[in-house]
Amino acid sequence: MNITIGIGDLKVCKPPDILVTYALGSCVGVCLYDMATKVGGLSHIMLPESNADSRLKTPMRFADSALPMLVDQMVRMGASRARLTAKIAGGATMFATASDKFNIGERNLEAVRKFLRENRIPILAEDVGLDYGRTQFFYPETGVMEIRAAAKGNKTF
Amino acid sequence: MYKNFEELSPVAIDCLQEIGNIGSGNAVSSLSAMLGKPVTMHVPTISVLDYQAIIDKVGGPEKIMTAILVSFKGDIKGMMMFLLENAFAQIVVNTFMGKDHIDVIKMDDADSSAVKEMGNIMAGAYLSALGAMAEFTIEMDPPSMTVDMMGALMSAPMTTLTEVGDKVLFIDEGIKVDFVNIESNIILIPEMESLEILMKKLGVDK
Repeated sequence: MNITIGIGDLKVCKPPDILVTYALGSCVGVCLYDMATKVGGLSHIMLPESNADSRLKTPMRFADSALPMLVDQMVRMGASRARLTAKIAGGATMFATASDKFNIGERNLEAVRKFLRENRIPILAEDVGLDYGRTQFFYPETGVMEIRAAAKGNKTF
Repeated sequence: MYKNFEELSPVAIDCLQEIGNIGSGNAVSSLSAMLGKPVTMHVPTISVLDYQAIIDKVGGPEKIMTAILVSFKGDIKGMMMFLLENAFAQIVVNTFMGKDHIDVIKMDDADSSAVKEMGNIMAGAYLSALGAMAEFTIEMDPPSMTVDMMGALMSAPMTTLTEVGDKVLFIDEGIKVDFVNIESNIILIPEMESLEILMKKLGVDK
């Protein structure tokens, strides 16, 4: 079954289920995986940092509050923290002008990398940055991440 | 002061609807003049929708659309995004470059700048109508255009929303160029302070 992760949401699963999140722009899709138990998780990060208020209301939107939740849910499903690995995609700059000056894509990537570094989760693959949208699939059966982009075709990692 | 767009009263929405009509009308006449073709539009409807509902309404996260993003400042500040179906780019490129059936996602630079120019003119016409009605000076930053999946395009306005909730003003207009229907939508995100100023100026109580 395909499990769809909406904007600012996260889900975990085991094979044969597949995780998918559509059309990442400046958002970052983080796939975490424990190869031994085949527990996979995907978090669709919108923004780098939460504040006291947003952490309570919508924690799954922010890298700093969503990723600890993703790890906890995976551990509850049987994954080991020590074995987790990551594959990430997204963090694009969708518009060229000053309108996108906040550079959210880049800041999202920094926040995701910071969390992964601090939690000693190695990044095995990434398809990030540049200026186009990406749909991200994650297959816990094999640990493969597949990226589909409108103008660039499909790539697997 | 308004905290988010959900606090707008029905009267305020009607008022924005009227501004929207004039803005869209203005944008459509500019487009018609540039293309040298008849352009008509349905009566636009304005609603307050969250970004997921907008993505669904427009055709889902993977639908390819042309988006023109404009920031504006002056008496009121904010951001506007024009969303146009691919038929728009097809018509513009056909009119100015004489090409048929282009692949919109892989437009070359010349085609792309023709489409962008048309989008800019429409965005400018829309904002100047808004400015004229409220007697405001509105300055537009240089717009930028991207053709991509709807969900990815939405990430730009979405990330400005965290302070004002998830809902924005969504204008569904739909235009017809040379008997071809083109879905066209506008997402309008004035800053809350600007919304307050605009409503006061138009004499709408909260």
